[in-house]
Amino acid sequence: MAQMTMIEAIQSAHDVAMDRDERVVVFGEDVGYFGGVFRCTAGLQEKYGSHRCFDAPINESGIVGAAIGMAAYGLKPVVEIQFADYMYPAYDQIVSEAARIRHRSNGDFTCPLVIRMPTGGGIFGGQTHSQSPEALLTHVSGLKVVIPSNPRDAKGLLMAAIDDPDPVIVLEPKRLYNGPFDGHHDRPVVPWKKHALGDVDDGHFSIPLGEAAIYRPGSDLTVLTYGTMVYVAEAAANETGLDVEIMDLRTLLPLDMDAIETSVAKTGRCVIIHEATRTSGFGAELSAVVQETCFYALEAPVTRVCGWDTPYPHAQEWAYFPGPDRVAAAFRAVMEA
Amino acid sequence: MATRARKAPAKSKAGANKGGLSAPKPAEFTKDEELTAYRDMLLIRRFEEKAGQLYGMGFIGGFCHLYIGQEAVVTGISMAMEDGDQTITTYRDHGHMLAMDMESRGVMAELTGRRGGYSKGKGGSMHMFSKEKNFYGGHGIVGANVSLGAGIAFANKYRDNGKVCCTYFGDGAANQGQVYESFNMASLWKLPVVFVIENNRYAMGTSVARSSAETDFSQRGVSFKIPGFQVDGMDVRAVKAAADLALGHARSGEGPVIVEMMTYRYRGHSMSDPAKYRTKDEVQKMRSERDPIEQVKARVIEQKWATEDELKAIDKEVRAIVADAAEFAQNDPEPDVSELYTDILLEA
Ligand SMILES: Cc1ncc(C[n+]2csc(CCOP(=O)(O)OP(=O)(O)O)c2C)c(N)n1
Ligand SMILES: [Mg+2]
Repeated sequence: MAQMTMIEAIQSAHDVAMDRDERVVVFGEDVGYFGGVFRCTAGLQEKYGSHRCFDAPINESGIVGAAIGMAAYGLKPVVEIQFADYMYPAYDQIVSEAARIRHRSNGDFTCPLVIRMPTGGGIFGGQTHSQSPEALLTHVSGLKVVIPSNPRDAKGLLMAAIDDPDPVIVLEPKRLYNGPFDGHHDRPVVPWKKHALGDVDDGHFSIPLGEAAIYRPGSDLTVLTYGTMVYVAEAAANETGLDVEIMDLRTLLPLDMDAIETSVAKTGRCVIIHEATRTSGFGAELSAVVQETCFYALEAPVTRVCGWDTPYPHAQEWAYFPGPDRVAAAFRAVMEA
Repeated sequence: MATRARKAPAKSKAGANKGGLSAPKPAEFTKDEELTAYRDMLLIRRFEEKAGQLYGMGFIGGFCHLYIGQEAVVTGISMAMEDGDQTITTYRDHGHMLAMDMESRGVMAELTGRRGGYSKGKGGSMHMFSKEKNFYGGHGIVGANVSLGAGIAFANKYRDNGKVCCTYFGDGAANQGQVYESFNMASLWKLPVVFVIENNRYAMGTSVARSSAETDFSQRGVSFKIPGFQVDGMDVRAVKAAADLALGHARSGEGPVIVEMMTYRYRGHSMSDPAKYRTKDEVQKMRSERDPIEQVKARVIEQKWATEDELKAIDKEVRAIVADAAEFAQNDPEPDVSELYTDILLEA
């Protein structure tokens, strides 16, 4: 075991995977020589050579498209889209090719591909460096979508994604790279190096895709969330003094239906939190699922706390960000309903 | 911005490349032109230095891409543009806006995210616009602005207005697929667009050699029949002459031109850049031997067109503009929260 930041945990997952399996190749913009703008691939080129870890030109469509071809012929590419906001040029390749090749080739060709993308805001990135496009990916059958919230999960989920026979998108909340940011932007964040969840196994281990985790057990209400909002929910729970059960979904597609049903059936109240815009966001899917499976257990309307339906702003970032105050207000409203 | 009469392109005969145009000799500048270039470049330099300081002081957050070192490119091109010609560029856009005569205050206040900024603080450093000044934006997504530039040029042709759209992008952006889609359309439809590739040798931490099979970007248009040539982008006179030729060509209906500006950025890509991808010596050498502002200064002094003191007075005037902008940008209020919901659609 070692204490790792989320960045180091992701480095470690790449390292272990490349060491175990020579089919794994890692590439993307600034990924090789420079080690990635967030340093998630630092050291890999030195260790494994530039034929296995290398820079790509700035052409996301080409990066993902080439990776799909590699995967179809049995390599295991792990590519980085430098920010999730740059995925759109590659979206056609993701949707029309990566997600569909197994189905339309009758299983003859598959796409064991991992696409990592830093996601989310809280870094003053403005509208082109802060987005949370998970719903654009969860809407696509033929993909798996994961989003870790701590170093241990970041490594375990990435290892599972690399081992998976199908295309997996790994969304990395960039505001969590160094510590569990809880929305209190005016307070320091405990670094992962001093946090229990920063304690990560050095070797190979994986966290199964499709399994949610109860981040904090409770009985008053269930929070369904993922990524940065896990910690925002925790802050709001502490501030309201409510006994909140926080579920960290970890995998958005496929969803852990059992975990959701068990928790909401127990508490009878459900608040869904995400940073992405509200309309047609992933929360809409979660809300529908809860209604379908837990309707008779519900004691209050299912409630969402999300980013506003606006572009991610440059100024007024904290007014946009669904911070602890907005979450706490939703908790209270749901308890009073 | 200098206004000039429309004239037919002067095709240089010597050493014509595959596309039929080659880099002209640097322009002969008059005293006025030298001093204009000096002042305009200095304004960009001082503005960017101040932006860097404000960033350090925490007034600017997130991304901030400084143009220091590349001033001659946008300055020389602006000197060749006619009123009404458009500019569209990337996120490294502060210099382009100042060159389009946009107000220092409005640009700086956008960097600090204040309501007096060109986008009321909603766009930030990478996203500013001015219809009045024909500035079609800073764009944060690499390569996206290139297609928009072709579209603006289409509109020029459609309206038969005689205007040209100067479309800027970097050596790294030159590898995006949509750049080539745009090249093809622009040439096919003979659009009045000048593609200005600012080759500063790096895309973030990736050198041109590590990203590009063909590193002579001026020839990237060959298979689309777009003429192109390389230009010393550190010499404002060379840029001006190249822009005269390219704009003239595009304006006369002969279609697009690619001008590859050989330039250099002194600062990091954005504000947090460990700069491990190049040596300090390399940067220092460019600064001391090729600096675009020092080049003009040396010529002006040699020609006795101005004394050191007169040049200092220009610096003082420029610094005052920048100080005023910085003052404004620190004290102007943030936009009201309700602004988040405006300008998404006409009606929400
Ligand atoms: C589609 C997209 N991919 C990646 C990025 C991240 N990015 C921003 S600037 C940049 C480098 C661009 O280099 P270049 O075109 O040479 O312009 P320069 O920064 O040198 O002015 C990269 C990779 C982005 N903003 N958009
Ligand atoms: Mg560049």
